[in-house]
Amino acid sequence: MKVSYQWLQEYLDLPEKPADLAERIARISVDINDVYSPSDGLTKLVVGHVDSIKPHPDSDHLTLCQVNIGTADDVQIVCGAPNIAAAKNVIVALPGARIGNNIKIKRSKMRGELSEGMICALQEIGFGEQIAPKAYEEGIWFLPAEATPGEPVFPYLGMDDTIIDTDVTPNRGDMFSMLGNVNDIAAFYGLTSKFKPLLVQESADQQTADLVSVQIDDKKIAPTYKMRVISDVQIKDSPLWLQIRLWNAGIRPINNVVDVTNYILLKYGQPLHSFDYDKLPAKNIGVRFAQQDEPFVTLDENKRDLSSDDVVVTAGDHPVALAGTMGGLETAISNQTTSVALESAIFDPVLIRKQARRHDLHSESSSRFERGINPETSEIALNEAAQLIAQLGTGKVATGIVTGSQKPATPIEISLTLARINHVLGTELSAVEVQDIFERLAFKCINNDDTFLVSVPARRWDISIEADLLEEIARIYGYDKIPSTLPAQTSNIGGLSQQQKWVRASRHVLEGLGLNQAISYSLTTVTEAQQFEIKRHATPMELDYPMSQDHVATRMSLISGLLTDLAYNTARKQVDVSLYEQGRIFVPVGKNKRPQEQEHIAGAITGQFSAKTWHHEAQMADFYLIKGIVAQYLANMAVKNAVSYVASNERSEMHPGRTANIFVGETLVGYVGQIHPQTAKQYKIGATYVFELNLDKIMAEPKKPRHYQMISKYPTITRDIALLVDENITNESILDVINDKGGAYLTDVTLFDVYEGSHLPAHKKSLAYTLTYQDKEGTLVEEKVNQAFDKVIKQLMDKLNVEVR
Amino acid sequence: MGLKDKLDQLRQQGLTEVKASSDLNKINDIRVKMLGKKGPITEVLRGMRELSAEERPKIGQFANEVRDDLTNAIEAKRSELEQAKINAQLEHEKLDVTLPGNTVPQGQPHVIQQIIDQLVDLFIGMGYEVAIGDEVEEDHYNFEMLNLPKDHPARDMQDTFYVTPEILMRTQTSPMQARMLEQHDFTKGPLKMVSPGKVYRRDTDDATHSHQFHQVEGMVIGKHITMADLKGTLEVVAQELFGDELDVRLRPSYFPFTEPSVEADITCFNCHGRGCAICKQTGWIEVLGAGMTHPNVLKMASVDPEVYGGFAFGLGPDRFAMLKYGVEDIRDFYQNDVRFLTQFNQKG
Ligand SMILES: [Zn+2]
Repeated sequence: MKVSYQWLQEYLDLPEKPADLAERIARISVDINDVYSPSDGLTKLVVGHVDSIKPHPDSDHLTLCQVNIGTADDVQIVCGAPNIAAAKNVIVALPGARIGNNIKIKRSKMRGELSEGMICALQEIGFGEQIAPKAYEEGIWFLPAEATPGEPVFPYLGMDDTIIDTDVTPNRGDMFSMLGNVNDIAAFYGLTSKFKPLLVQESADQQTADLVSVQIDDKKIAPTYKMRVISDVQIKDSPLWLQIRLWNAGIRPINNVVDVTNYILLKYGQPLHSFDYDKLPAKNIGVRFAQQDEPFVTLDENKRDLSSDDVVVTAGDHPVALAGTMGGLETAISNQTTSVALESAIFDPVLIRKQARRHDLHSESSSRFERGINPETSEIALNEAAQLIAQLGTGKVATGIVTGSQKPATPIEISLTLARINHVLGTELSAVEVQDIFERLAFKCINNDDTFLVSVPARRWDISIEADLLEEIARIYGYDKIPSTLPAQTSNIGGLSQQQKWVRASRHVLEGLGLNQAISYSLTTVTEAQQFEIKRHATPMELDYPMSQDHVATRMSLISGLLTDLAYNTARKQVDVSLYEQGRIFVPVGKNKRPQEQEHIAGAITGQFSAKTWHHEAQMADFYLIKGIVAQYLANMAVKNAVSYVASNERSEMHPGRTANIFVGETLVGYVGQIHPQTAKQYKIGATYVFELNLDKIMAEPKKPRHYQMISKYPTITRDIALLVDENITNESILDVINDKGGAYLTDVTLFDVYEGSHLPAHKKSLAYTLTYQDKEGTLVEEKVNQAFDKVIKQLMDKLNVEVR
Repeated sequence: MGLKDKLDQLRQQGLTEVKASSDLNKINDIRVKMLGKKGPITEVLRGMRELSAEERPKIGQFANEVRDDLTNAIEAKRSELEQAKINAQLEHEKLDVTLPGNTVPQGQPHVIQQIIDQLVDLFIGMGYEVAIGDEVEEDHYNFEMLNLPKDHPARDMQDTFYVTPEILMRTQTSPMQARMLEQHDFTKGPLKMVSPGKVYRRDTDDATHSHQFHQVEGMVIGKHITMADLKGTLEVVAQELFGDELDVRLRPSYFPFTEPSVEADITCFNCHGRGCAICKQTGWIEVLGAGMTHPNVLKMASVDPEVYGGFAFGLGPDRFAMLKYGVEDIRDFYQNDVRFLTQFNQKG
């Protein structure tokens, strides 16, 4: 809410300047969006009295004005406004002035005529188009006749005020009014408020009850509904003081009736609605839900089809307003209005909130109804509004209020103890200090042996339980004064769980191996969500009402997100990228059930893994690079069961000849390989190598014991062997034979060469291994090694038909 | 010429030759020639038989001196020449040390991960356990158990991705408050937990909005947990992340699951409170929301609010990263431009 400092000063003797007051409001009441003066950035704007005007000799729309700006001689100003007139006070921007949009005014010649400044419209001195009164949209603004030429214009327009723009939290609806602000500020400064309502003077000739009747059938949707009627009203512009109050609060002045309702809304936080009494189709008022598709034309001339959740005010069952949200066009106040039916009501906050959302009609009124209305002031506000309308429109207020419903304004009683206060807040407040806080808040408080019985007035409808009172004490006492401690008497050890340690270690390992951590979007397209799954599932979980077509379903693999990242990089000429991601994937388990969330880890490498330099060659991403990374990672995860890689062609997104499923023991934990060239093309990326692992599965695997293996002091003996084999014989099948038949002393087999090429017979390849033998208990003799080696060779020849080269 | 003079002459001759020699082979030749079994010194010593018994030891001693002098001179020269040879070799091996070293691939943790880990480690140090929650939640835990019934206005502040009327993408990490409260065995002491993770809002992505971002939730519930403890904890967090010379300001706020609720601001680290564009001229930067756990939240999780109480807080690592590193577009975190990711490589 845009709170005027000058308006506050009418009610409180403020001890601090606006900026300091704002800081205090932020610390004690509600957040501050901004503190500003309407005159910020404006200079040299003075009152000018137009002594005479004559047409510009060279223009049919410009006027030459002789203007008294408080100096001995008049100055000539050329003015283009159609409403310029002599004997009026106007806003003059002198040469050197700064006006709105940081425009600087210079002495100039306009079509040959000297212009010593500019006569300004409100829009030219910082007023928003939506706030400057509509009547002056096309022209300049006239200052009051009593304004003194040469004086700054700001005080006349309320522009010397300071506005404290507060950001009201949903619970503090009371701070949406001057009254609420005055109460809170009085509480924290310990001031006495001079706030008082204007009393109504009723006309004896008319009884309101003879003019209207109100029947509220459903008191839940309109807990309070009251009406007054003011007759013989003349519709005209409001006095300047009232217009200033409104425009400084960001509300456009319209006429003396509408302006009064808005003024009361600001002062009390009580939205009012004014109907043209004579246009009401009937004089019996009600409130009901709309019928489905019931048509209604609102003030803004929009024809709306209402829903059965909308609430309407009716006259003779005919809708005349969308309750608390916007009035109807038919019964709106116009220049011809002479009688005003004035509504002061409280509507159900939830219904109004939903209605405003549904129709996209958020207004000063609806935002107040949504947060709740003070039932203490519904009638006071109605009386004051009626009186003001009568005063400003020379009308008369009929006697009596017609009440359809009345929400009780009874205080709530809450008791709390001094011990409890200090226990929760960590303070050492005394009973006197607590008592003082409640007195400042003007809450009745009885202290009985350090138990406080607090009576919370209805104007603070946000307070209903002990914790709410603790907040009042804490904020009025001051959060600054609450001590800073850390929780004591807790013996929690804390720390990461074993699973969390493994997840963190997984990230560290992959970073150490050269992959950068990516965090991609979990929500993706349906197509991408079901790509690259380790195990095929049905369709992914989809959002009911997505925001964008790119993010509609939860991912079932991490790789598609990483490929989207690679595509983003590739489009920006970053073609050498190595990424990994650790995060959740979502496996649907049935309708109306939460999906199973699996912790996964995945990697993707494209281009050069390590760039070529003056000193070494580039290392290009390839299958064996990424497999090596996966193997090292799995070694670090120390799974007990054997890791095996089995060629797999079942994933259509993957290269059918360059993909391996990864098993730990019998369990499929993931896969590694090259993405299918067509998939790469779809993603607009180069050749890319990926892996995806189900971390949950890996973490569930039994671990190798953390044992130290003694390093044998006895020497090793090695034998190299090169085998010529059919091209379809795999490394794994050879290793199986060697490991199986290698004998007790074989400790290691390392492949050191693979050759396929023109020097070999067709469909043959050569694989070369180093076999390492060691007796951990003694020195191994050559003879034993030779025996073991010969045996392996024989087995290889028998089983795999190898030729030793 | 006496033997002594002969020896003296040999010494002079040998020393002169050693001094004049400039390569290791020559030095070796001199050693063999002068000190060998057939060398002149040996020859001279053979003549000692003819000396008197009285003179023999004197000459013998002198001969040994000459031999030692020559040996030392030869060794000194050899060492000198060897050193020179090594120096020449090293001179030859000289590198341009300003040429760049090899590129050794090293991956970097994501900047948001770094902030999460920094916070998590801070809390672990204070005895917190870490709880990781699911990203797809029930409306029940995401809202209702947090004192946000179906028609609560605060639900409008969080546009939600619903899957069904009861299942949604969590809008906050706060459901872990309710889940941990339900699980925790309070007979074993207070609950102290921190829960980082992804959250989702139905927002259009732009420079300051993202439909996916992160939160770190924290909660401490016990018999003696105070608002002063909350204040102290928040100060520790703010100072850990942004430096300990900054002030922390608490001000009232509103969250349905805490009462009192506060927002914590720190002095703007950019302008130190004078006011600048980062802090929108206020001198303060909002860093987190917190409060004393609402009794309804405890009650709904079957924890007696008369006996137990405490605080909860939530903070946003994305926002922290933006503030701390001056990242201007939140989408940078999720597009994973490698030039972005590799920047955050400072360790420790
Ligand atoms: Zn700043």
